[in-house]
Amino acid sequence: MKIIILLILISLAIAISFLVIFYWSMKSGQYDDTYTPSIRMLFEDKKKGDNQANQTKN
Amino acid sequence: METLIKTDLTCYHCGEPSDKSLWMGDKPFCCYGCKTVYEILLENNLCEYYDLEENPGTQLRYVSEETYAFLDEKDIRKKMLTFDSETFARVQFYVPAIHCVSCIWLMENLQKLNSGILRSEVNFARKTVTIDFKPQESTLSSVAKLMAALGYAPRINLDHNTAPKHSPFDQALLLKLSIAGFCFGNVMLFSFPEYLGLDKSDGQLMQVFSWLNILLSVPVFMYSDKDYLTSAWKSFKQRQINIDVPIAIGLVALFARSIWDIVTGYGPGYMDSFTGLVFFLLIGRWFQNKTYQSLAFDRDFKSYFPLAVLRRIKKNWEPVVVYNLEKDDQIRIRNMEIVPADCLLLDEEALFDYSFVTGESRPVQVRKGELVYAGGKLIGQPVTLIVEKKTSQSHLTSLWNNDVFQKPEESKYKRLIDQAARRFTWVILGLSLVTAAYWYVIDASQVWLIITSVLIVACPCALALTAPFTYGNMLRIFGRKRLYLKNADVIERMAAVNAVVFDKTGTITHGKEPKVNYTGELSETELRWIGELTSYSTHPLSKLIHKHIGGISIATVDNFKEIPGKGIEGKIEGDLVKIGSASFTGFYGQVEDSSSRVFVAINHEVRGYFSIQTTVRNYMKEMLGRLGTQCVAMLSGDNKADEVQMNTLFYPSARLLFNQSPHDKLHYISNLQHHGEKVMMLGDGLNDSGALKQADVGLAVTDDTGVFTPACDGILHGESISQLDTFLSLAKSATTIVKAGFVLSFMYNAIALSFAVSGHLTPLVAAILMPLSSISVVVFTTLAVNVTANRRFKGINHRT
Repeated sequence: MKIIILLILISLAIAISFLVIFYWSMKSGQYDDTYTPSIRMLFEDKKKGDNQANQTKN
Repeated sequence: METLIKTDLTCYHCGEPSDKSLWMGDKPFCCYGCKTVYEILLENNLCEYYDLEENPGTQLRYVSEETYAFLDEKDIRKKMLTFDSETFARVQFYVPAIHCVSCIWLMENLQKLNSGILRSEVNFARKTVTIDFKPQESTLSSVAKLMAALGYAPRINLDHNTAPKHSPFDQALLLKLSIAGFCFGNVMLFSFPEYLGLDKSDGQLMQVFSWLNILLSVPVFMYSDKDYLTSAWKSFKQRQINIDVPIAIGLVALFARSIWDIVTGYGPGYMDSFTGLVFFLLIGRWFQNKTYQSLAFDRDFKSYFPLAVLRRIKKNWEPVVVYNLEKDDQIRIRNMEIVPADCLLLDEEALFDYSFVTGESRPVQVRKGELVYAGGKLIGQPVTLIVEKKTSQSHLTSLWNNDVFQKPEESKYKRLIDQAARRFTWVILGLSLVTAAYWYVIDASQVWLIITSVLIVACPCALALTAPFTYGNMLRIFGRKRLYLKNADVIERMAAVNAVVFDKTGTITHGKEPKVNYTGELSETELRWIGELTSYSTHPLSKLIHKHIGGISIATVDNFKEIPGKGIEGKIEGDLVKIGSASFTGFYGQVEDSSSRVFVAINHEVRGYFSIQTTVRNYMKEMLGRLGTQCVAMLSGDNKADEVQMNTLFYPSARLLFNQSPHDKLHYISNLQHHGEKVMMLGDGLNDSGALKQADVGLAVTDDTGVFTPACDGILHGESISQLDTFLSLAKSATTIVKAGFVLSFMYNAIALSFAVSGHLTPLVAAILMPLSSISVVVFTTLAVNVTANRRFKGINHRT
């Protein structure tokens, strides 16, 4: 029976650690802007390199 | 064909219609501003900007000449930067122009335009750009200037330099919600044995589970439901009862009873219900906040009132709307006008009345170079000021709402809601006691859950939200139609109005296309003196005469005085010049003429008079016809010259009174009120400010000036006066909608309560239903107002 209590304590500890992680992520601003990053990942970074390459060639 | 091309062409940069004169390659532009931005982007290989979204730019309507040089001043720099070192600096700008994907892309590629910029990051929701730059290569002002040149001018506000922050409240709510959710889930897990009926098989384990439940419920009780408990406690301490009290009592009862049950070993308690209740209450609140945000009407941005001021543009003074004023603009303030922004005085000295700000009406003397605060009212000769700090409209609006100018009459519905909330709460508490007693006899195990449901579901939040949302929305719609009301209470008073009184000059008539004639003798210089003297006053007739004479005189006026309802006087080059009514200038003769007359006297000798024929505003007759007997009188400070014209205009039952002094007007209105009438007064706010204040609703009618008496309840744009009857009937509809909202929310409460009392509603369902009812009532009132207003104004458009 004791093992159940131990398991409960472990599961609670894990759950609380998730709560703490959630708290930390919220405080660090992860939920402040949920829109811009989704757009930003679609911008192509390559172009910058291409343009510079073209310019040097020219 | 040509027109076809014209309508088809839109600016490649901003999408506004463009005429065909501005081309760059095959791309049309509407203005040089847009073209310049395109050129900059083309030069720097940033034309991807135009691929992401079509016509993403914003038109550079006012190509700003404002330099951002002040940003490099040490103190300001320190305030703006969030991080500063020799080699690295970080700043966050608020950029309201950000609106699409292209904007994000361009703002995050600033480093391609200025090599000093290391990195820039957009927060779309807050419309901010965080920029890291090397201070040795770029200055703060050059970064700001670059953004402005692209059409993304940062808005700089030194008081709180970044964007309007997301309320920290939001984050706290999220945290409370997550903790409640966490505890709720775990409490449910530990309650499983009980749900499955295993309570007798292993008493010891059950005991452990119960104690764990208590442990998990404590953070919910101490933190998550804090808002409800503190709000209830505060009102309890003030010996009042607000709408949070029943909820708080329900929560405390459930929590305390559960602890008692567990500690005494009586049973497993109701911790699952308690934590779930808080969890759903908070979800409801969060969802409610979201709904209100999307329906919110921001008074700061949407109900600007059209306060204008004269600004020097080259050599002329031209009216400009206050929120377009910039630092270092020169403005001219005339007698009785309000200073719209913090300014420095350029003239030798002047008297300002700060009653608008402080309530103290003794004028304050200000000397050259001293600061004049926004909201001061000039008394005496006009002065030139230089704008020191831009003022936000909201500042002026808040001044307007100063308690000093509030009518003592309290809002009827506010009082009603307060009373209802108080009585309602007692009724609820009584009802729950009766219910508890009943269920104690029938089924004692159910008592606690049922009481909690009753207390939760009875919350009259929907009732409390109905009026603010209806009136708030109406206020916004009125603002769009150019009736700017001081606050929502005015709508309520407008709905009760049954007598409308008009002023004549500037209200019924307006100053466009006047016929001004001078009869008598005046030399050229004397005429110029009069031109100068009239420029000091804001009275409609003074302005007409000034416009008629035109030109700028170099003469200065000393001892300028304006006597409301009579005239103005001043000393010019040693001669006393008086302009005004016959009695004011000392003229006792008879003149037959069908127009307003303004007499001129120089050194107490009457020299002649201006006769001014003002024209009646468009659609006045139709509007007055629709008002019918509601329009009870017209009070004019002028003589009877216009009587015939006014007689044809007004409904026969309306009384037309002439030669009324400001005091007479006030007296007439208070007389009407003694007879039980609710009076609305419309005037120019100059010589009838007393009457405007006395009236139940006083509206100042204005075309473009900054004359604006804080005593009025609203400002009506001159051209919208023809819709006055629509405004009045809409105000009446608003009160009807509020009543309907009350009935609706009352029905919700009655039905839900009957379910709760009969034990058919668990606390969890109650917690879900409560915010839903509030939201539905709010949505109902908002939609009802919009639909009614649309229908009415459509009617107007058909008519005119």
